[in-house]
Amino acid sequence: MADANEPVSVVGIPSRVEYTYSPGRATTRFLRAIEQKRLMGQRCTGCGKVYIPPRGACPRCGLPTDEEVELTDKGTVVSFTVVRVPSENIQLELPYAAGSILLDGADIPFQALLRDVEVADVRPGMRVQAVWVDDAELQPSFTNIKWFHPIDEPDVPFEKFQEHL
Amino acid sequence: MAELCGVVGVGQTQHDAKREDVSQVGLIREAAERALEDADLDWKDIDAVVIGKAPDLFEGVMMPELFLADSLGCAGKPMLRVHTAGSVGGSTAVVAASLVEAGIHDRVLTVAYEKQSESNAMWALSIKIPFSATVVAGAGGYFAPLIRGYMMRSGAPEDTGIRVAVKDRENALKNPYAHLKFPDISFEQVESSPMLWDPIRFLETCPSSDGACALVLSSEKLADQSKKKPAWVHSTAMRSEPTSFAGRDQVNPQAGIDCAKELYKKAGITDPRKEIDCAEIYVPFSWFEPMWMENLGFAELGQGWKMTYEGATALDGDLPVNMSGGVLSTNPIGASGMLRFGEAAMQVRGTAGEHQVAGARKAMGHAYGGGSQYFSMWIVGAEKP
Amino acid sequence: MRDVAIVSYAQTPYQSSVSAQNEVEMLMPILSEAVEKSGIPRKEIGFTCSGSTDYLAGQSFSFVMAVDALGAWPPIRESHVEMDGAWALYESWVKIQTGEVDSALIFSFGRQSMGDLPSVLCLQLDPYVLQPLHPDGISLAALQARALLDAGKSSEREWAQIAVRSRADAKDNPDALVKGDADVDAFLAESCVASPLRPHTLPPVTDGAAAMVIAAGDLARRVSEKPVWIRGIDHRLDPHMPGVRDLTVSPSTAKATEKAGGAAGVEVAELHAPFAPQEVILRDAMGLGSDVKINPSGGPLAAHPMMVAGLARIGEAARQIWGGKAGRALAHATQGPCLQQNLVTILEAD
Repeated sequence: MADANEPVSVVGIPSRVEYTYSPGRATTRFLRAIEQKRLMGQRCTGCGKVYIPPRGACPRCGLPTDEEVELTDKGTVVSFTVVRVPSENIQLELPYAAGSILLDGADIPFQALLRDVEVADVRPGMRVQAVWVDDAELQPSFTNIKWFHPIDEPDVPFEKFQEHL
Repeated sequence: MAELCGVVGVGQTQHDAKREDVSQVGLIREAAERALEDADLDWKDIDAVVIGKAPDLFEGVMMPELFLADSLGCAGKPMLRVHTAGSVGGSTAVVAASLVEAGIHDRVLTVAYEKQSESNAMWALSIKIPFSATVVAGAGGYFAPLIRGYMMRSGAPEDTGIRVAVKDRENALKNPYAHLKFPDISFEQVESSPMLWDPIRFLETCPSSDGACALVLSSEKLADQSKKKPAWVHSTAMRSEPTSFAGRDQVNPQAGIDCAKELYKKAGITDPRKEIDCAEIYVPFSWFEPMWMENLGFAELGQGWKMTYEGATALDGDLPVNMSGGVLSTNPIGASGMLRFGEAAMQVRGTAGEHQVAGARKAMGHAYGGGSQYFSMWIVGAEKP
Repeated sequence: MRDVAIVSYAQTPYQSSVSAQNEVEMLMPILSEAVEKSGIPRKEIGFTCSGSTDYLAGQSFSFVMAVDALGAWPPIRESHVEMDGAWALYESWVKIQTGEVDSALIFSFGRQSMGDLPSVLCLQLDPYVLQPLHPDGISLAALQARALLDAGKSSEREWAQIAVRSRADAKDNPDALVKGDADVDAFLAESCVASPLRPHTLPPVTDGAAAMVIAAGDLARRVSEKPVWIRGIDHRLDPHMPGVRDLTVSPSTAKATEKAGGAAGVEVAELHAPFAPQEVILRDAMGLGSDVKINPSGGPLAAHPMMVAGLARIGEAARQIWGGKAGRALAHATQGPCLQQNLVTILEAD
């Protein structure tokens, strides 16, 4: 028995709640396309900018992004970080590079893993392409893209992408 | 505004990685009691309470203010809970001030806190959303590419961030409440600390803290009667913009620029660098000092790093920044904004102790949150506006 | 105090199962509707404030994505409360009182269907001594209902009558979920979910969102043919621990009603009583007479989007005034276990 006067400083109170997630209409259309290895962006009816992955609205205009635009799986690294610290829900070998990638034809970058390149060689402006999972493993999920890797194309100059930082 | 508002009490806890000696209740009481004591007031003098904190998942309690209210004497009183991401500590103070400025209440207690040790903040920030790929977690991974963007744009020397970290950590040694203290802090120590998220080093990063901050705000009539001199609220401002949209400048966000402009205009300030004596700015990663100096109009675009380099932001510089040691030294997320606001009030009341800026008459408190998209700020002065 | 009026209100049709829409898709149409009906151009609205909670979405910063639906460019003056939208209205009303702005857009949203609300609400309790016992939201309401019975202040038949009335009134509300003709005796024959609560005394699982625009005196008169004036608004809190209060009364509601100007002359009251027995407690605390029409919208028993239901009461009360059904109305919002926190507002036609 512990001393009755000993202060209680920690109590563990486990709790569990489960959630059913639904991504919304716009993202559902995107996920159904990526299941077929197609990258579908959506264009804002107001400013004409192309969003990928789409979330249903152009946040700048507050309008739906209804028009579908098919994009390639090639793009440019606009910025990046090298992660050297472990994270609770992310199981990746350290260090690894995460890039902000602007797909050709898109107006907004998203973050993705960069591989098949030394982390020291990652640089803004670098041209990259998606590496997909095997066709048998395709799901309605962004995880169909395993990572992006460099391709043999000249770097894009900073001025060309600096507005997308 | 209808009424003037004065800060008549400031209180904060001892900040630490784990405050296992207190519950969430004990933590906020510690700050609130110190604020009341500073104001020479009692619980019964308070008309309303405004509570702020960052995501509820950080402690694992949904809307925790409902149970905390009992310990803040809220029964029978109005109580509000604000949540605007990382800027919340500032926004909470702004909402509390507006209750006084609107003439609704004479005395408002506002408290902001975080007790991250009771849950796991990194877990709360990286819950896996189905169908998506999460490659970075937490603020470091999010902000590192933006810092790189700033370095590319400004051409700032690569050791700018190290210099900021050394300065803030030296200031923290003068602050009895600060969480992280490195008695022998040096350029070499920061430089040789491990890279966490390139280009952010360990010692250029904020900690995760348990802590709380509380302010007592008062109407002009009652503030005039207070024993210690109040800090008068000259202006407050808040701005938000969406997280991500095509063409958004996250390095120098428009919401920050607009927020500062409104703040200065309302306070009658035309040359902030000259007219503001010191500033407590939300800098969770060292590089944000030069970025915010530009965003807030203290420096020309691309020139913010020079202020750090030339020592302008040091405690004896022409615009001391983060006299308390800042977010880099103490970061109970929900309270971090209010600590900035509280430090600004302490400076103009002349109660900042060892980190007091001599003769500070006008000070700025600043907070931001989300993906650099939520901003809240205030200017307080030793004289009435 | 400045005169402030509700100039527009919009809400989604409510849904009871996981919807195809996400929060942003749910919000965009009603935000546009509320702004258009207000007659104030979106860019000229001075302030925006929302109410929601992360625990409904199971995700930190869930309110951040809602900003996507606003078209917040150039950047806007905006705030958020982790409270029912009714308190977002309160913060906006305060902002207008400071004189800094003349109008505000208020909204709130909740997708309750994503998680099991009664167990989520357990996480709203004191984490050290109450949460470990895992009382869910329904069980706590049942304790309160039991206390009412034990005190002889109400009866199971009265609760069934409340449910029958709600469903009958909801027939006229296209947005309501639970509606139709029902029978008191059939209700009383149901078995209990958590004694003494039977299914008809419980709110339905609801997903939904609501938006409102308010404006200060001159502006309200200029843009609106029939502004609904907020004559008084106040909110108060009772202690959290159910053990330290008399669950059969609501002192905070009584005080908020008094501070908001009192219930005298009120023709219609929209009461946020998520559980039927709570309506009895609220009516008593407010001193509402039997001549006051309660919840003509069908109330929370007909649709109860968590975090929205309080703001929706205010919107529904305003609709009663716009529809000429009342000249003076009371609207109420609650949150926390067993009616812990309560907001009351008194609305009037010109």
